[in-house]
Amino acid sequence: MKTRHINLLLGTAGLVILFAFALAGQVDIPGVISKKAEKPSIAVADMRGTGAAQQYMDVFNKTLWDELDNSGAFRMVPKTSYPLNLPQQPSDFRPPVLFSEWARPPVNTNYLAFGYTAVQDNQILLYGNLFSVGQPDVQSATVFPTRRYYGPINADGAKKVAREFAADILKQFGVMSLSGTKIYFVSDRSGSKEIWSMDYDGSNQHQLTNLRAITNFPAVSADGKLFAFMTYAGGNPQIRIHTADTSRRQTFVNPVSSSVTTPEFTPDGKTMLFAATIDGWLQLMTAGIDGSGMHRLSNVKAIEVSPRVNPKTGTDLLFISGRSGHQQLWHMNLDGTDREMLTTGEGDVSNPSWSPDGHHIAFCWTRGYEPGNFNLFIMDIADRKYVQLTTNSGRNENPTWAPDGMHLVFSSMRGRVTQIYSMLADGTNVRQLTTQSNNLQPVWAKGTE
Amino acid sequence: MTIYRMPINTRTLTAVVFAATLLLATAGCKKKVAAAAPPPPPPVVEAPPPPPPKAQAPRIDSFTAEPTTIQRGQSATLRWSVAAATNMSIDQGVGAVQANGSQQVSPANSTTYTLTASGSGGTDTRSVTVTVNAPPPPPPPPPSAPKVTISGADMLTREAQDIYFDYDMSDLRADAQRTAAANAELLKRIFAQDPGFTVVIEGHCDERGSAEYNLGLGDRRATSLRDFYVQQGLPADKIRTISYGKEKPICTDANEACYQRNRRDHMAPAQ
Repeated sequence: MKTRHINLLLGTAGLVILFAFALAGQVDIPGVISKKAEKPSIAVADMRGTGAAQQYMDVFNKTLWDELDNSGAFRMVPKTSYPLNLPQQPSDFRPPVLFSEWARPPVNTNYLAFGYTAVQDNQILLYGNLFSVGQPDVQSATVFPTRRYYGPINADGAKKVAREFAADILKQFGVMSLSGTKIYFVSDRSGSKEIWSMDYDGSNQHQLTNLRAITNFPAVSADGKLFAFMTYAGGNPQIRIHTADTSRRQTFVNPVSSSVTTPEFTPDGKTMLFAATIDGWLQLMTAGIDGSGMHRLSNVKAIEVSPRVNPKTGTDLLFISGRSGHQQLWHMNLDGTDREMLTTGEGDVSNPSWSPDGHHIAFCWTRGYEPGNFNLFIMDIADRKYVQLTTNSGRNENPTWAPDGMHLVFSSMRGRVTQIYSMLADGTNVRQLTTQSNNLQPVWAKGTE
Repeated sequence: MTIYRMPINTRTLTAVVFAATLLLATAGCKKKVAAAAPPPPPPVVEAPPPPPPKAQAPRIDSFTAEPTTIQRGQSATLRWSVAAATNMSIDQGVGAVQANGSQQVSPANSTTYTLTASGSGGTDTRSVTVTVNAPPPPPPPPPSAPKVTISGADMLTREAQDIYFDYDMSDLRADAQRTAAANAELLKRIFAQDPGFTVVIEGHCDERGSAEYNLGLGDRRATSLRDFYVQQGLPADKIRTISYGKEKPICTDANEACYQRNRRDHMAPAQ
């Protein structure tokens, strides 16, 4: 019975991203529109706490709502439409309180999250439930049996249990919680461009490098343990690799070149890809994680940058090349075969980013705009259909996918200041994550656990 | 204790008594000798003896110093020749010498050496003075090379002109080639005057285009000017390049006038 539920839900959630394309609406993508599906709706009953837990319930309720809302996986049912008697445990559902109150207008929800908190063993204890309210009885409505979550009795503890409960709910829909993920980015707020990191929601921002030199183009290894970047700290631009936990420098021997830039880790973490200037032209290169065994991937009188390896296969890559004239999006195998241009040749393209499943590419393009006026696009690599996600909202660059495959983080220069935003891949739910000085070139990475 | 002292005291006493006895005995003897002296014999008058053959007087034939003037630390040679003398010596620590000889001396200061020759016929002396000059003070350091009034870096900062490019281009347009030719002449003068000088060409871009593409474009622009200079005969190993892409704009306005100012090659002295 549970299996049936999950399959149904997974099927629904898997289409969310495709639905997102339809929402963007600039371009019809055959084969996507036909799969258009509604997002499941969810109601989240405000919970109460016994004793010392009660004072943190506002924080708890807000966190739970935001986590589910920001996931983009649901249509959130407004709380104003809920019945007056909110259930706290499954046994509260007995006549005259029935699921039908939640399943019919004005609530009209598919799912209901409810529960309560108490203090036990000097900790906050959350009892969390998820019901599918369209079912005839408690047993069949139970998506998972009441789960318990523990945290310290304070605001952080309340947030912790809320996030863990939200992550369990999202998991039922095949959606990964972004709680614990990190966004690496460049900020000039210390006086020079340095690498910083923050939590997925913009909280907990802190500086990782202190090189007092132009430092940019962060990249993070798939396991989240290393980050790479380019810096002028040694004179000419070179790549460095640091550990994520303590920002300790690791050995990476750069090629002798006037510029070494746009680092990227392969999914197995054993190889670096980057661009280095050879005879005056930035060319694609690859080397071991310490810079050994270097060799050239391109040999052409054109600027080539931003090699980005397919996270699913590890054997093919996207890159930006001017070999056809303007900078365009290209694709090839790591051995150099099957090289082809994915964009039309119009405008300038930059910043390609693979979706975690390797099916979609986010990138920026000036197509249809003045030089330098980049907008965000997403392309389905199977059929090269693309949609434009931003219009008339500043210069938008450096989109990268969140580990959940549903969100993007990007930078946008609105006015003369550049800040970092996140949004759903359909261009909705835009949230500004930074405010201080200029912040740019975000990369969304898994947490290190 | 007493037992050990007694013999010592006894012995001391004995020694004193013995010494006193000797003194008394000596005094008695002296008086006896004076009283017994006989009268001297009368003088005998005789013819005076013939004068002995006259002894030849010692004679210093020569006593010289060669050279007579030395620098402190150098030495001079004393030479002498003496006749009819039995004893010859030179003062100032030289000592007894043979009748003919030489001796090296290294006096620290001016010194007069006196040779004394004596024999049965008399004494002869002669002196020679060795004059010691203090060594000359070290020569003044050679006059320092004429000071470069303007360093290569100053010349570059004052006279070099930025080279400007068209949008998304890295080749030198006609006006840029004239400016670059003037810069090349300047660099020739700088390299001639300041052989250790190295110049860095910085390639810069306007804010349009991605940061990573502009890094590549800045490299193109710097390389393009470097190639031009090498064609003009400038040494390639004294010209380095660096791209700043769009990281170091001169101005930040979003218009073509500002974009043009930022699309440039700038030259700086190597650090």
